[in-house]
Amino acid sequence: MELMDGHVATKTSSGQGNSRHALPNDNKRRDRRDHPSDSGDASGNRETERNEQSRTSGQSRRHSIDIPSEMSRHEEEEELKYGAKHVIKLFAPVSLCMVVVVATINTVDFYSVKDMYLVYTPFHEESSETTTKVWNAAANSLILMCVIVIMTILLILLYKYRCYKTIHGWLIISSLMLLSIFSYLYLEEVLRAYDIPMDYPTLLFGMWNFGVMGMICIHWQGPLKLQQAYLIFIAALMALVFIKYLPEWTTWAVLAVISIWDLIAVLMPKGPLRILVETAQERNEQIFPALIYSSTYMYTSVTAADDSSTRTSNTSPDEHGFTRDWVDNHEERAARRRVDEPQTGGRSTTGNQANQPSAYDEEERGVKLGLGDFIFYSVLVGKASSYGDWNTTLACFVAILIGLCLTLLLLAIFQKALPALPISITFGLVFYFITKQIVTPFSDSLSNEQVFI
Amino acid sequence: MTVVEFLGCMFLAFGPPFFMFILTIAHDPVRIIILIAAAFFWLLSLLISSFWWFIVYPLRNDLVFGVIFSVIFQEFFRGVIYSILRRAQIGLTKLTDDTTTLIENKHILAYVSGLGFGIISGAFSLINVLADSVGPGTMGLKSGTEMFFISSSTITLCFILLHTFWGVIFFDAMDKKNTLVITAVVVSHLLVSCLTLLNRYQVYYYTIVPIAIICALTGLFAFKTAGGSYKGFKSSFVYR
Repeated sequence: MELMDGHVATKTSSGQGNSRHALPNDNKRRDRRDHPSDSGDASGNRETERNEQSRTSGQSRRHSIDIPSEMSRHEEEEELKYGAKHVIKLFAPVSLCMVVVVATINTVDFYSVKDMYLVYTPFHEESSETTTKVWNAAANSLILMCVIVIMTILLILLYKYRCYKTIHGWLIISSLMLLSIFSYLYLEEVLRAYDIPMDYPTLLFGMWNFGVMGMICIHWQGPLKLQQAYLIFIAALMALVFIKYLPEWTTWAVLAVISIWDLIAVLMPKGPLRILVETAQERNEQIFPALIYSSTYMYTSVTAADDSSTRTSNTSPDEHGFTRDWVDNHEERAARRRVDEPQTGGRSTTGNQANQPSAYDEEERGVKLGLGDFIFYSVLVGKASSYGDWNTTLACFVAILIGLCLTLLLLAIFQKALPALPISITFGLVFYFITKQIVTPFSDSLSNEQVFI
Repeated sequence: MTVVEFLGCMFLAFGPPFFMFILTIAHDPVRIIILIAAAFFWLLSLLISSFWWFIVYPLRNDLVFGVIFSVIFQEFFRGVIYSILRRAQIGLTKLTDDTTTLIENKHILAYVSGLGFGIISGAFSLINVLADSVGPGTMGLKSGTEMFFISSSTITLCFILLHTFWGVIFFDAMDKKNTLVITAVVVSHLLVSCLTLLNRYQVYYYTIVPIAIICALTGLFAFKTAGGSYKGFKSSFVYR
């Protein structure tokens, strides 16, 4: 109950300050709104921003100063409470994406047969010697890595010099390709695997509707669920492409290398993704909505008009130019590989609503996870399942979820964009190899004898 | 027979746990996280027991050895997760929406982590068997016994339930520092696991029946531990 009181007080103290929405740094602002009475322990960053806030909405600020310092603790608790919900909001789509990939790998042979490889992986690991395979895998993954680094830097440059049209066009073309050609290939293989005949007119009709709907949902607007479904599908498709077209050992090497790159890109002072985040915050824009799965709406242009309540319309659609989507180019993948802080979606902040506890529940704060994380999680689990051992798959699945949990816990502690791949992928890889080498023989001999432990 | 058998065995083993999950856990994010954390700890225990089994290669074919140590490791990790959860309990109550239930009813955490242990252990012991049951090929056609799948899934169900009960009993005993009950949990786990060693002789009546009886008794004990009574049990069926 105390908790409730705390939050209601918070809401009233900060609820009216609509003018705040014009401030820069959308993400940070949400923080402040939730910590209006943060005591001295707040980071310096937040402190300065709070000054800004007090200038624009001094009224509400003064209210919140009176609130005792326990308040801030309550608010932190709330933050954590929402943290738990966010974890689940990400668990569901991540699991769904993995399920799609694993189901496809296990039913459609096409995706586990190695016959073609990506251009970026010139060494095909066809030699029978282990050493050759190892250097092949290392070389492949380094080449792929270089491509990713170069493309990321290119993207950052484009973004830095405000070539929005170019980026937008790039994203549209790549998502169109995924939703048309790759989806067509996928459908063809699924139909073939299940031995279902289908005529071309039906196929074309279906593909056309699917593709156009996807483009509308991803780039313009559509129901949130549909949009999320498309994003998950695109991520799954991309993961399948990776599993199919990367050589055996290269896949594992790429997973390891990419999580290291993720760590560098997001956390290093001059890391490209960090620069991206900071630039986006400076410009009061969504941090690449184009590349990110969000659990809430990121744009609020239409719904904002329907009632008197002021929405935190972060940006109007033409301001931020691009919306999220997926592309098959490598550079964006890097940008995507990032969990973002819980971020304001459309939330109504009228004063009268603020007094009702239910209003608090309705308020939506999203949590964002780069689509690249989806892809590489799914690659790991899908690859593990392609050897036909379900125990390994299950172990990887649990390990990745626990890694995601830990990442989100760290996110709640550090309150800044964090790389989501390193912990999960490390756990996943460790569990994969140990389960495959050691646990599976043990559990196989147990289940052969029907011994239970 | 294959697909039908697959579905039947799957529902037999995982139907009840699935609905326990849906009805009691799915609505609370914190419980889901604890469930997955418990599953993770069980995986760690399995990992360590596999390591142990792997290192001591002279005894690799003697499953008794592996089984006994695996049980000990599992119970050790149950203790680990107990101490973590109890230490984090204050933090956890801040995380969940229904603060009151988590504080007042200590058995919820025990139940959730027990079910987490159970589900993952059941999945690990049955999932590959189930995948094979879809075919091609049928058990018991030329050799082996046709009871293989159904007995496996029955025992799996018993184990999932047993883990849940053990979780409740173990946590409560740790709270009360009741070493006798803790020992009882470990011993019953050992007993049940060693009973399944007889499965290789395909004497299912002599294994499944005792396991089911132990399961029922443990369930009763857990029910008592969690503060249940016959009256309460009866009134739970009354429509309000």
